[in-house]
Amino acid sequence: MATVPMDVRKVARCREIAAEIADDVQGYIDAHTTVGVERTILRAYGAEGVDDQGVPLVNLAVDRYREAGLLGRGIATYVGRALLGGATTLQDAAERVAFSPELDRGEGGPGVDAVREALRPHTEAALARIDKARNEREALKRRIAPGPTPQKYVIVATGNIYDDAVQAKAAAAAGADIVAVIRATAQSLLDYVPHGPTTEGYGGTFATQDNFRIIRRAVDEASEECGRYIQQTNYSSGLCMAEIAWMAAVERLDMLLNDAMYGILFRDINMCRTFVDQYVSRRFVARAGIVINTGEDNYLTTADAVEKAHTVLSSQFINEAFARRAGLREGQMGLGHAYEIDPWLEDSFLLEIAQAQLVRQIFDRHPIKWMPPTKHKTGDIFFAHVHDAMFDLVGVTTKQSIELLGMFSEAIQNPLLMDRYLALKATRYVFGAARHLGEEIQFKPDGIVARRAVQVLDEALALLEEVRRDTIWEAIAHGAFADVKRTRTGGKGYAGVLERDPDYCNPLLAALEKTS
Amino acid sequence: MHPTSPAKPLRAYGDREGDGMVQLSFVLQLPPSARAREAAKRFAEAHGIEEPIVATMEAAAEGFAFFVVYGHSKHAVDAASIDVPEVRTEALSREDIEHRIKTRLGRKIVVVGACTGSDAHTVGIDAILNYKGYAGDKGLESYKGFEAYNLGAQVENDQLAARARALKADAILVSQVITQRNCHKENGRALVELLEREGWRKDVIVLFGGPRVDHKLGLELGFDAGFGPGTKPSDVASYLVEQLCSRPASVP
Repeated sequence: MATVPMDVRKVARCREIAAEIADDVQGYIDAHTTVGVERTILRAYGAEGVDDQGVPLVNLAVDRYREAGLLGRGIATYVGRALLGGATTLQDAAERVAFSPELDRGEGGPGVDAVREALRPHTEAALARIDKARNEREALKRRIAPGPTPQKYVIVATGNIYDDAVQAKAAAAAGADIVAVIRATAQSLLDYVPHGPTTEGYGGTFATQDNFRIIRRAVDEASEECGRYIQQTNYSSGLCMAEIAWMAAVERLDMLLNDAMYGILFRDINMCRTFVDQYVSRRFVARAGIVINTGEDNYLTTADAVEKAHTVLSSQFINEAFARRAGLREGQMGLGHAYEIDPWLEDSFLLEIAQAQLVRQIFDRHPIKWMPPTKHKTGDIFFAHVHDAMFDLVGVTTKQSIELLGMFSEAIQNPLLMDRYLALKATRYVFGAARHLGEEIQFKPDGIVARRAVQVLDEALALLEEVRRDTIWEAIAHGAFADVKRTRTGGKGYAGVLERDPDYCNPLLAALEKTS
Repeated sequence: MHPTSPAKPLRAYGDREGDGMVQLSFVLQLPPSARAREAAKRFAEAHGIEEPIVATMEAAAEGFAFFVVYGHSKHAVDAASIDVPEVRTEALSREDIEHRIKTRLGRKIVVVGACTGSDAHTVGIDAILNYKGYAGDKGLESYKGFEAYNLGAQVENDQLAARARALKADAILVSQVITQRNCHKENGRALVELLEREGWRKDVIVLFGGPRVDHKLGLELGFDAGFGPGTKPSDVASYLVEQLCSRPASVP
């Protein structure tokens, strides 16, 4: 069995430090809420619809109370009071919150306990809706087993959800296990979730609840046809990460891209906002049994993959610590990493193996997500195909759980049907041909692979110590991850962060927190 | 163009001059069959490929066949008659760049860059502007002679223009990676039009960059230059130095 040396005391030390780093932030999270969180709660209670301008009801309701300076008590407060004030349904209550002529300033009338009581059946219904989807998924997976690991993950991205559905089924037929509909590029910075099925989008297709449903139907059909459970994934990231997590929970998505720090680093979303949003999104994800995919692979697209390999590992420990605090089980933590070393560097393959094997051993119960080369891909598709094959070889040898397939057209376009077909075919070959390679070989105890693994863990431990000393807020401010620097109050969405009042009311979040 | 060298039509080169060998790969919405194979052949012939050989026909998905076809392309091009605008700038060394800015301009060159519109892919603008640079070539931020502002992704044209104006920028760099339905062209053209409407297009150098950009496209859209894949920060620096530090003072 090919393993690399791994000092378990150092790994334990990394986890302890990451826990301290996350605890520091958790104190902040527990004292704050965001417009995104409050909209998620409204959606989860069943409020839906948009006004004649296409603005979601949940935005209208939440923005109204934020502008009035009243949102620190939680939107649930006002919904509950509307119910007690005669609203006939939850939807009616939400509409009153958004549109009633008089703003409810929360003065007099029913108190927090009465509000909680009025919301109780709705809180239970919200949980039941998530549980129903989870139970359906589990039943389906018992009947139709998923494919073997590494599970083959491909993306479709036509911009038109109906074309995406065709492409998703084609990908499943060609051997894909997981289908992601890549999101339109602008969506991460929208502070609302678009509504309805969409047929126009640049760089991808909007994540909407209807679009989730359309793809779910297509991949369920594909599961039946292929006799293999096909998983659906999307992006719980950006300013609406929590709302999308809830949508995914009830529409039975299997996975979500969800990272505690990605939005901060790569979309310049404010860190306070992201930390609060990621926590609440993960509370829903935990309950729904969804597997998250974290985004550490992205670090290596801006920072050097050899010099900064340890930043990926440090971040994985931090993502794990945050995920734990949101109630995720290890089996739900698809920590990400990538094959991004310059292919022309001598022994680059060995360095890739070292990192992949190290991550596999450290996170041995986690469905690790293995990402393909992108940074060093050029328009030479023939070379790119070889490059991807080497990546596949590392993936199968080191037993990665989820592998996003490399596309030879990576540097040119979103993948075409034939690009995915050829990637799946090549991967099927490599995975089959080298299925048990990892069990047959050993790495030299003091060879290049072993020494590299030791070095990366040592550097990751040192970085974690630094981050703890500085706190994560400061560490991000001076570019500890991905060479990107962000400040605590900078970035998008900071205005949507609010301190919780002492009588903050959020029975649904409290219920999610209690169950894990 | 060159009367002394007669135009020589160029055909694709396989393993003999003039054999015209090309390969073509594509998908047709047909399941594999004898008919599909014939359809692929005729499809290739319609593209000017003679004696096409369908090297492979495979089911890429239900109802879709994938083909690789080899054959002799009958087409030829007259390369001598082609006029392609190229950015003609002498590649300067780092020292030269710094020296010329210092001695000829006597102040820093202010550059503002962004990925505009919905484009969230900062890899190009980061490579040119950020300290780290690209392929070992450090970005403009690393030069003493440049003051570089990278506004990042998803910047609207009016924000970019306003910021550039406020900073009295010498140059604006626009990067566009996403090209679906030609959105990069629309975004680029809209910026140039905005600058023209605001009346200061002539006061600033505007550069367009991205994996699907070339100098010709840059010029077509109204930019001063276009930079395609493989462009290094020093290429952009050399261009700007040439434009800004050698404009003869005698021109009124």
